[in-house]
Amino acid sequence: MAELTKNKKAASVTFENVTKIYGGDVRAVDNISLSIEPGKLVTLLGPSGCGKTTTLRMIAGLEMATEGKILIGDQDVSMLPATDRDVSMVFQSYALFPHMTVLENVSYGLKYSGFDKDETRSRALAGLDLVGLNGFDGRLPSELSGGQQQRVAVARALVLEPQVLLFDEPLSNLDAKLRRQVRQDIRDIQQNLGLTVVYVTHDQEEALAVSDRIIVMRNAAIAQEGTPRELYEAPVDRFVADFIGEANLIHCQIDSVSGETAEISIGKMKHTLRSRGMQPGPATVAVRPGRVALSSPATSNSVPAKILKSTFVGNHMEYVVDTGFGVIFAMSEAVETPFDTGQDVGLSFAKSGPVLLLAE
Amino acid sequence: MPTITSENTTHPTLIFWIIVGWVGFLLVPWYGIEDGFFTFEWLSDGYPTDSDYAPGAFLIGQGKKLWLAPLLLPLIASLFALGRAKSDPLFAKILISAGVFGFCWLLMQGFSIGLRGWQFGWLEALFGPLNDRQFGMGYGAMFLASAFLFMFTQGIAARGAINGDVFVVSAISLVVTIVTVFVFFPIARLLIAAFITEEGKYSISIFADKFFDDRIWGIQCLTSGIKCGVAWNSLFLALLVGVITTVLGLTFALVVTRSRFKYKRNLRALTVLPIITPPFVIGLALILLFGQSGTVTVFFAELLGIQPTRWMYGLPGLLIAQTLAFTPIAFLVLIGVVEGVSPSMEEAAQTLRASKWEVFRTVSLPLMRPGLANAFLLGFIESMADFGNPLVLGGNYDVLSTDIFFAIVGAQYDQGRAAVLAMVLLTFTLGAFYAQRFWLGNKSYTSVSGKGDAGVHPMMPRRLAYPVYTIAAIWVSFTIVVYLMILAGSFVEIWGINNTITIKHYLTAFSINFEETGVRRWTGSAWGSFFTTLKIAAIAAPLTAALGLVTAYLLTRQDFRGKNAFEFGTMLSFAIPGTVIGVSYILAFNVPPIELTGTGIILVISFIFRNMPVGVRAGIASMSQLDKSLDEASLTLGANSWQTFRRVILPLLRPAILAALVYSFVRAMTAISAVIFLVSAEYNMATAYIIGRVENNDYGLAIAYSTTLIVVMLSAVGLLQFLVGRTKIGRRSSFGPTAV
Repeated sequence: MAELTKNKKAASVTFENVTKIYGGDVRAVDNISLSIEPGKLVTLLGPSGCGKTTTLRMIAGLEMATEGKILIGDQDVSMLPATDRDVSMVFQSYALFPHMTVLENVSYGLKYSGFDKDETRSRALAGLDLVGLNGFDGRLPSELSGGQQQRVAVARALVLEPQVLLFDEPLSNLDAKLRRQVRQDIRDIQQNLGLTVVYVTHDQEEALAVSDRIIVMRNAAIAQEGTPRELYEAPVDRFVADFIGEANLIHCQIDSVSGETAEISIGKMKHTLRSRGMQPGPATVAVRPGRVALSSPATSNSVPAKILKSTFVGNHMEYVVDTGFGVIFAMSEAVETPFDTGQDVGLSFAKSGPVLLLAE
Repeated sequence: MPTITSENTTHPTLIFWIIVGWVGFLLVPWYGIEDGFFTFEWLSDGYPTDSDYAPGAFLIGQGKKLWLAPLLLPLIASLFALGRAKSDPLFAKILISAGVFGFCWLLMQGFSIGLRGWQFGWLEALFGPLNDRQFGMGYGAMFLASAFLFMFTQGIAARGAINGDVFVVSAISLVVTIVTVFVFFPIARLLIAAFITEEGKYSISIFADKFFDDRIWGIQCLTSGIKCGVAWNSLFLALLVGVITTVLGLTFALVVTRSRFKYKRNLRALTVLPIITPPFVIGLALILLFGQSGTVTVFFAELLGIQPTRWMYGLPGLLIAQTLAFTPIAFLVLIGVVEGVSPSMEEAAQTLRASKWEVFRTVSLPLMRPGLANAFLLGFIESMADFGNPLVLGGNYDVLSTDIFFAIVGAQYDQGRAAVLAMVLLTFTLGAFYAQRFWLGNKSYTSVSGKGDAGVHPMMPRRLAYPVYTIAAIWVSFTIVVYLMILAGSFVEIWGINNTITIKHYLTAFSINFEETGVRRWTGSAWGSFFTTLKIAAIAAPLTAALGLVTAYLLTRQDFRGKNAFEFGTMLSFAIPGTVIGVSYILAFNVPPIELTGTGIILVISFIFRNMPVGVRAGIASMSQLDKSLDEASLTLGANSWQTFRRVILPLLRPAILAALVYSFVRAMTAISAVIFLVSAEYNMATAYIIGRVENNDYGLAIAYSTTLIVVMLSAVGLLQFLVGRTKIGRRSSFGPTAV
């Protein structure tokens, strides 16, 4: 039986000033340039209508760019239709052919790639083996569960050993528990086979969990690009800060800047953090709810605050806290010693908590 | 790895079409074979030198038909495209110019030179008289025209049209070409015919004379006893029929969807009736009931002691017959509309304290309004286009569709008048069609999201239920009586005069003699037309279904410039009444370059284009149920659009294909309006034969034959139900996973 080995064809994807216009005036993607390294899993993340799916479909060749150039590896594929591109895709709806068995579905692409009958069959079976569906080859898609259908769709795309593998919100039709499992499987396969994967989702947690890099999109353009950690810890603006994890956005004053560090004050509270090239003056900081510390009143370097609402959600507590500089959302792992609604507390930020947002 | 091989070697499709072009020019007869398209006696009858059967190249070699010689240029030019890369700009240039030049030259020579030499005076003035002539185009011309067409499509595909997809470009061009040739060209010929004087000159005044004729537009009937113009007659009848069928259709739709009536499923069977009933059969049954010697007429005449009259012939009879015939169509439309009103809206209104009647009046009915308008327009178009019933029942009440017929076949033989009448009729139906598509097009409130709506439709309010039940009950029993009359009428000697039970009509029509030698002889008088009908319908059905499905595929799955115009063009023939098609085909295809009258082919073609919208609709309806991601998955897996169409879409559409097949088969068997112009002694169709019997007052035979047809078609539809029931694929999977 053929083994699926490390993919030597994994290729980079490059967009050079790509624009897609629908119906004459709707800009779905506006002058995007990006480059995706071979063998990496890159996620396109953003709210619905931000252009991420259009970007993915342009890589697949299902949409043609109105302007600009798309390269896969070194080849310019801008004018090449989907049929002629060495790219395969896992669809949100899976798009399994309902009149074909699982094996026929997985063999479909192999047949059009010029493999002979035996080779097609053994490669297809190897693909099913890889996704853990041994022995399901004779079934119809309608006889499989949602999770199994999803894995057939992955196998069908994988066995072609494409230069680039695309995923369009592959987990959105699975229930929450299965989602965690399947995304880990996808990540494992991608790393084991060294595939270039472009992955579209609107779920930031999913994106953080699976990606080497994330491209956050907004209004047909790229808002920020970076590793999951970079995006989480140093969002450039309100949009990214708020979209990747939750964030409190608080007005502050930059008092002084010296090199890489800045001194800021939030109300009476002082804080030292990375300046990110900002100059003294009014600014905004983002603080993750988990990096807000609540303590008894009058703890050092804390400001007085009052609990407006206290909610127990199982593995942590959620608080809505009123402070002199606005209402703050905080999370605390101290489930055993909760604060009550109406209680006075001291509020402070963890050392690496606040992050300056770049001026918009 | 899908290496892109098409970069350097020539695509086999191109080689194929170039070969077809050469075969058309060098090998097969250029002109039409007089004995028929499918006869091959010519092979042993002087081919290839006899000028009747000679290929184009031989004709030129003999020094005849020299105007065909320039066709060699594009044929030779196309050879230079071979071996060139698809991305080479010269490849596209060669193919486009060869295709365009070849196709245009072929058309120009065809239209310029006819049976009597030059067709146009100015050509004769320019080149001097021509001592040669030519007949209708045959195999050779057809092959060559196809070759040029597909060279052109490969050329523009190579230039990047529609992502360079040869299959899609070719399919679009093919559909556009044949719709142009067989729908727009005849209609154009018809319009021109309205301007031609008896001497063959063009004249506006002759058109004006015929157009403003009192026989068409007169309104004397309002003031005196003289008849009104046919246009007003048709319009008045169509408006009445539209309104009545809509009301009755809504009544039935309400009974089926919003009542606890036990047998409502059986009511749905009503929708099958118009499909399997030849249009004039209702008229025949009405004659048995209400004609001068009809049962009802005689009964009342005896009761009241008066002379039985021909009261039914004219408006009353037409109204009853058309209402009977077209109510099921409105019913079919309105079931969808009434079911489509989202139950949650009605439930919302109920929770807001509206009573059932108020909910119906203020929410349900307004939401159905576009659907009601749609049903009305359909009834209007059907009534306008109806030919069979006015022919049988019209009496002195003239309508456009029959007047066109009498203008052509009657003693007057006035092509111009027929053309003008056809124009008027066409204006009415196209107006309604236009209103239906563009005015109503965006106004549907019914939900088509496909998402499950958890609510249930409320029952009808009582105030509405009683009248609805009453009307429905009366109408159903009337329909049943009418169909029973048809059956009974076929077993009676002469209805109302000699009521002896007999099977003589069936014997006359369908007797078979077994001779001693065991040879069977089809001695019945109807066998000839019966077999012709079956044959023609069986040939037309698959072609109609194929054309309809390909068109539906292009409309639902592909995006191209001019798609709206394309859709309008392909659906247009739905709004063209059969009589208009019939007249225009006679005018267009009686003379070169395309000579088809008197053949079976013209019947097949007329059926294809009359029924194509049905196939398109069936295709669109079922294709829009298939998620587009199925196609896209296939494309990203390396299949091209043709392979995708064949391996993914077609197998999933099997039920739709079957439906389109059976439906176009049945419609071809029941059609009369276009057919009656196009039948010939050799190719007589069942419906035309029956009408002939009716005109000879041979009602028994006509009704017996009609009954047989209904039975045949009922079994065809039954067979369909049986087959479709078996080919269902798991529904869930064809819509993608539903779990969220």
